[in-house]
Amino acid sequence: MNLRTTYLGLELKNPLVPSASPLSRSLDTARRLEDAGAAALVMYSLFEEELQHDNDVMDAYLQNQSLGHAEASSFLPLHGDMPSKRERYLEQLQHLKRSLDIPIVASLNGVTAGGWIDYGTALQQAGADALELNVYYVAGDLDVSGAAVEQRYIDLLGELRRHVTIPIAMKLSPQFSSVANMVHRLEQAGAAGVSLFNRFYQPDIDIDSLRVAPQLHLSTSAEALLAMRWIAILHGRVKLTLAATGGVHDHSDAIKMLLAGADVVHLCSTLLLHGPRRLAHILHGMEQWLEESPYESLEQMKGVLSQRHAGDASAYARANYLQLLDSYLPGVGI
Amino acid sequence: MHRMVTIDGNEAAATIAHLTNEVIAIYPITPASPMGEHADEWSAQGRRNLWGTVPTIVEMQSEGGAAGALHGALQAGALCTTFTASQGLLLMIPNMYKIAGELTPMVLHVAARSLAAQALSIFCDHSDVMATRGTGFAMLCANSVQEAMDMALIAQATTLEARVPILHFFDGFRTSHEVAKIESIDRNVVRAMISDELVQAHRARALNPEHPVLRGSSQNPDVYFQGRESVNGWYQQMPVIVQNVMNRFAAHTGRQYHLFDYVGAADAERVIVLMGSGAEAAHETVEHLLARGEKVGLLKVRLYRPFDPTALLAALPASAQRIAVLDRTKEPGADGEPLYKDVLAAVAQSYAAGQSRFATLPRIVGGRYGLSSKEFTPGMIKAVFDELQKEQPRNGFTIGIRDDVTHTSLDWDAGFRTDAARAVNCAMFYGLGSDGTVSANKNTIKIIGEATELHAQGYFVYDSKKSGAITVSHLRFGKQPIRSSYLIGDDEAQFIGCHQTVFLERYDMLDKAAPGAVFLLNTGAAPSEAWNTLPRRMQQQIIDKNIRFYVIDAYQVAQESGMQRRINTIMQTCHFAISGLLPREDAIKAIKQAVDQTYGKKGQKIVELNYRAIDAALANLHEVTVPGKVTSVFERPPVVAANAPEFVQRVTAAMMAGRGDELPVSAISADGTWPTATTRWEKRNIALEIPVWDEKLCIACGKCPFVCPHSVIRSKLFDPAQAAAAPPTFKHMPLKGKEFPEGAHIVYQVAPEDCTGCGLCVDICPVKDKENPGRRALNMAPQPPLREQERANWEFFLSLPEFDRREVRPSVMKSAMLLQPLFEFSGACSGCGETPYLRLASQLFGDRMLVANATGCSSIYGGNLPTTPWAQDAHGRGPAWNNSLFEDNAEFGLGMRVAIDKQREYAVELLKALAAHIGEELVTALLNTAQDDEAGIHEQRERIAALHERLRKIDRPDARQLAAVADSLVKKSVWIVGGDGWAYDIGFGGLDHVLASGRDVNILVLDTEVYSNTGGQTSKATPRGAVAKFSAGGKPTAKKDLAMIAMAYGDVYVAQVAYGAKDVQTLKAFMEAESWPGVSIIIAYSPCTAWGTDMIQNHAMQDRAVRSGHWPLFRYDPRRAAQQENPLQLDSKEPSIAYREFVSQETRFNMLWRSHPEAAEQFLGQAQKHALSNFQHYRQLAELSYAKPGEIKSDKAKE
Repeated sequence: MNLRTTYLGLELKNPLVPSASPLSRSLDTARRLEDAGAAALVMYSLFEEELQHDNDVMDAYLQNQSLGHAEASSFLPLHGDMPSKRERYLEQLQHLKRSLDIPIVASLNGVTAGGWIDYGTALQQAGADALELNVYYVAGDLDVSGAAVEQRYIDLLGELRRHVTIPIAMKLSPQFSSVANMVHRLEQAGAAGVSLFNRFYQPDIDIDSLRVAPQLHLSTSAEALLAMRWIAILHGRVKLTLAATGGVHDHSDAIKMLLAGADVVHLCSTLLLHGPRRLAHILHGMEQWLEESPYESLEQMKGVLSQRHAGDASAYARANYLQLLDSYLPGVGI
Repeated sequence: MHRMVTIDGNEAAATIAHLTNEVIAIYPITPASPMGEHADEWSAQGRRNLWGTVPTIVEMQSEGGAAGALHGALQAGALCTTFTASQGLLLMIPNMYKIAGELTPMVLHVAARSLAAQALSIFCDHSDVMATRGTGFAMLCANSVQEAMDMALIAQATTLEARVPILHFFDGFRTSHEVAKIESIDRNVVRAMISDELVQAHRARALNPEHPVLRGSSQNPDVYFQGRESVNGWYQQMPVIVQNVMNRFAAHTGRQYHLFDYVGAADAERVIVLMGSGAEAAHETVEHLLARGEKVGLLKVRLYRPFDPTALLAALPASAQRIAVLDRTKEPGADGEPLYKDVLAAVAQSYAAGQSRFATLPRIVGGRYGLSSKEFTPGMIKAVFDELQKEQPRNGFTIGIRDDVTHTSLDWDAGFRTDAARAVNCAMFYGLGSDGTVSANKNTIKIIGEATELHAQGYFVYDSKKSGAITVSHLRFGKQPIRSSYLIGDDEAQFIGCHQTVFLERYDMLDKAAPGAVFLLNTGAAPSEAWNTLPRRMQQQIIDKNIRFYVIDAYQVAQESGMQRRINTIMQTCHFAISGLLPREDAIKAIKQAVDQTYGKKGQKIVELNYRAIDAALANLHEVTVPGKVTSVFERPPVVAANAPEFVQRVTAAMMAGRGDELPVSAISADGTWPTATTRWEKRNIALEIPVWDEKLCIACGKCPFVCPHSVIRSKLFDPAQAAAAPPTFKHMPLKGKEFPEGAHIVYQVAPEDCTGCGLCVDICPVKDKENPGRRALNMAPQPPLREQERANWEFFLSLPEFDRREVRPSVMKSAMLLQPLFEFSGACSGCGETPYLRLASQLFGDRMLVANATGCSSIYGGNLPTTPWAQDAHGRGPAWNNSLFEDNAEFGLGMRVAIDKQREYAVELLKALAAHIGEELVTALLNTAQDDEAGIHEQRERIAALHERLRKIDRPDARQLAAVADSLVKKSVWIVGGDGWAYDIGFGGLDHVLASGRDVNILVLDTEVYSNTGGQTSKATPRGAVAKFSAGGKPTAKKDLAMIAMAYGDVYVAQVAYGAKDVQTLKAFMEAESWPGVSIIIAYSPCTAWGTDMIQNHAMQDRAVRSGHWPLFRYDPRRAAQQENPLQLDSKEPSIAYREFVSQETRFNMLWRSHPEAAEQFLGQAQKHALSNFQHYRQLAELSYAKPGEIKSDKAKE
């Protein structure tokens, strides 16, 4: 069965691409992902705050080495070899490139332009096949308009585009007034693809300690549906490639995304939960489904249930909401 | 082409040691610690030895342990070494006898240091190495940094051939820490010097079950003696082997050494014999005197044991008539020090045997010099030569001090200078320990050493404080190798850098300035204003010596270039720019290169900031036009206030001012006794900002005095009528509460000149102004404008009477904090996590407290002269303190308890015997008092006063005996205090024994989870995954659970506390521990600057440690079991934050993600798991039922 697809101009043997996660920190796990059938790999993200923090910590650490005490000229062992996060990331990228045959997408996560250009260039030089830019921006400023927030994305992309030649994908949150328009503008600004959608890790409140405590919840299949809708709406109407991300846990989730029009499907939570072999399992499920389906190839099935191709265009629009609400059955005793 | 390197003596010796060994067992001790640290760092980096393998470094629990491990490793055939000094060397002595007794080759590298006698001292003399003369180790001495490397190799090559182990020593600090440009020994030379056949012979002698032998037998009168004599041949042939190795070394390097090296006139009449760094100064002096035709000479002793009299006599010129043998040690009661007696015996024996080369028996005298790094200058050396010229030169003299008691000392000319000293360029820098002055100067020496043909030397003098410590850097540059093993003297420095304006008030820096020197001052004053910020004397010196005066506002430049408060690179740049050591452009380029080398790989941002600062420094450096006359309106203020006690004025003040060297012997107590309560006279003014109290917002919770590490914020309760004469800005407020007198007012007052500005009082303040959320009831404000006003307020505060201890409710924080701290203004680091515990104990029990203090940070900020923070109350009572050693503190404290108990027992016996004379009623009251609260103790003291009154009237010997021990009838509180290095490692055996003793002692473990005082080495308290020295890859094992071990005894009160996480629990634990009439141990979480995190995070770090489960809080009170209650009470909740959150915010952990990310994750996983299961375990223990033990019995009966 032909599962080939194209993503960010890269020819992939299938549409399953592990997204940015700690799994790519280990060469061994990355190899196991490739062995399980991953068609490409998005590396863990290089966070802007992390780099800043890294610099600050190192600065404090180095300064702490000059104490001026008779008995202690320093407190912590100082190694010649203490590469920064940036260097370690570049090293890991090079290792992945050397060890794996599949394309490697480097991932940058941040909100300001400073430094990204330098990082983008370095990542390209280190062999990244593409870049994913994750603008994880919580627009909490009362004086910043939606238009200004959108412009931030466009500007960041534009800056990076001018300095690197490899394809750039933008990973977006669903929190735009007009997702479709935003994607369209990004395409015009040079994005080769978009990943829909990024998940904001939400803060939580611990009512015992009365503190705000960030919580990490892994995605569920239900979350995939939001991305599926927007992929279905965008498919065929924009030229850039579409990646579905968030909530893909099994082969049926993946197939739904492809039917809606995704070019690739990102996997994360399910791999964290079940390990790299989960990917082979999903791939196998997809192959089986395709065998039994009317389609000859993945390319053929891609987008057949997108808004443009779906018989009922309103299925992805507002009507869907009413129908669903009406159909909800409360549990017994409520 | 020889490779020149700029390194210190420790690095020089460690380089050879690491290259030629495979097992290195160490234990940290100043000043030898850096040798072990270098070795560890190199092994961690994978640096290989001669045979291509990376040496294994083992950190042991004590030097005794290190020596034992070495003995074992040597017996199993490894090439082994260690590094130590002082008490550490003494702890190795038992094994040294064994190692030598078994003819085992090894080299032990020693940075020679004073022994603790009347006081501890970290500085240099030879008392430690001299104490090992009987062990059978050979002793080889290096006099300089170059020789530390050379002799290390000569020792290593020799020991393999001779089979006699060698103690290679050089002077602590003076050589171990002197940075100098030396010729490095090429690896190929080392390779050529070390014989593989000899290494294999050593391995062949190892214990091996394939061909077993037995060593370490127990011998009896029949053969032991013969066995001891069986080694003579090895010792007899050793000097020849050493000389042969020295000759081979010379063939490779061109540096020829002999067992004894003579320098001086071939026909010298007067000769000095000595060893160590002093020989360098003596060499320089002899050359100077030779140039003036004096017939003098110097004999440097290289191989001290085995002592070769023949070689000694051959090296001395036959013309010698007067010989002075100088020892850097003291043997009280001996009729001469060891080297003197060895030389004397050698000369006398040859003379008696008729083999003397001397026409007449030379007159030989001995003298002592340089104890505890006392200066040994050319002036002093000349004085010794001058003494030799006298008809009756003194024997047993001292040089370098003024002995006005037994009159041993020689006078010397402090202004004497050698030609060599005049030929070098000297620079001095006065900086703070924390401002990076020392590291910048080391960097400068490296730059000059590497970029020019000049020779360079750097030596750094530190004061004894940990906060606001002052460092004075002494740098010399010259065309010839520099032998000046002494500090830069008056009128010698061509450059003086003053990095802090506060020093203008404290030091006569320009005394050191040479005519025409440059003076660079870092000041916030504008160039046009700077002149008048100098005291009058300083202005006069600038005019008289024609000094050029430059200023820079380095803090402003640092701020603007993003370096925050780091001025080291800026001041270094200015030094280069003005001193003319290098052309300016080359200098700037070299500084930038150095920045690249230091920071390049670690962070481009840091490099950029430094570059910016370097460029800005030049733009902001200004020369001040010096007016022709003195215009300043002030002189340097007196060192201590006029109302200070006479002793403080006469002795302490001289030490504070850096003039302690001038104090005569008579000023110093003979038995090591010093007055307490002296830090209060040392107004250091080191805080840039101090807290300001807002009485309108304050809720009088008492938390600020509770957390203050330096006892500078205090509260007092008083009748507002007493404030009538208060200064106008003195603030106070009414305090309500039924435990306080009606209408009473409370004040929270800051000691402005003692505060270190840590900000922790502001951090803990729970009050937030809703109108202005950033504002609290305490807010930091710049100190200088507040200084005068708050000084007056502080003085008024002190004049208010202390609140009556009997009225205090110690379990209530705000009430407990009314108790006077009897531990104040210590030299501990700003934000120290240990001192609040000591202050608390001193408040609660200080007036009846004895403290046994283990060596470590707490003994340094607690007992390092010139001043001590242990204080006294208005009655003259307060903690009595002593520090025995590092390893024996629990036993030391137990001894105090046993003595007190014994004296009390004796007093009770005498009371009973004398009851009829004293009066039955008083005796009964004295014997039956509970003394379980302040009122009870107060009453007992009154009874004892009455007892003394009555005893005076009883004319019997036993009445006098009772008077001598009557004080023991007041309850005493014995506190055994130390850090985790003591409690978990070196002192654990003794601690364990004391835990099992059942005696009424209180053990306070100040757990910083690392050896803090010696620079952050791993202890068994270090948590898994933390980076520390000797755990560069993260500590792989879990922290030892000391509390659980103590609880296993069942009758020990155990508490684990963290005052910044739960203050009331800490308070309760101290009260309960002290009241438990058996052994109590409090394990106190003490965040430390060694963790690499800003100490403003102190409370947050404690809080995270508790909430992550790393540091559960609990109290185990054996009294509860008797009440059928579970003795264990868990005081903290189940872990509520991830362990990752705890570790990610502390440098000691998060650096591991940078250096070893995989290991960091692995340790984190293990530590997280352990934190949860450990908490669960404690909870299960705390939930066990202790009720109805009778039922359990009856269950058994049923069976």
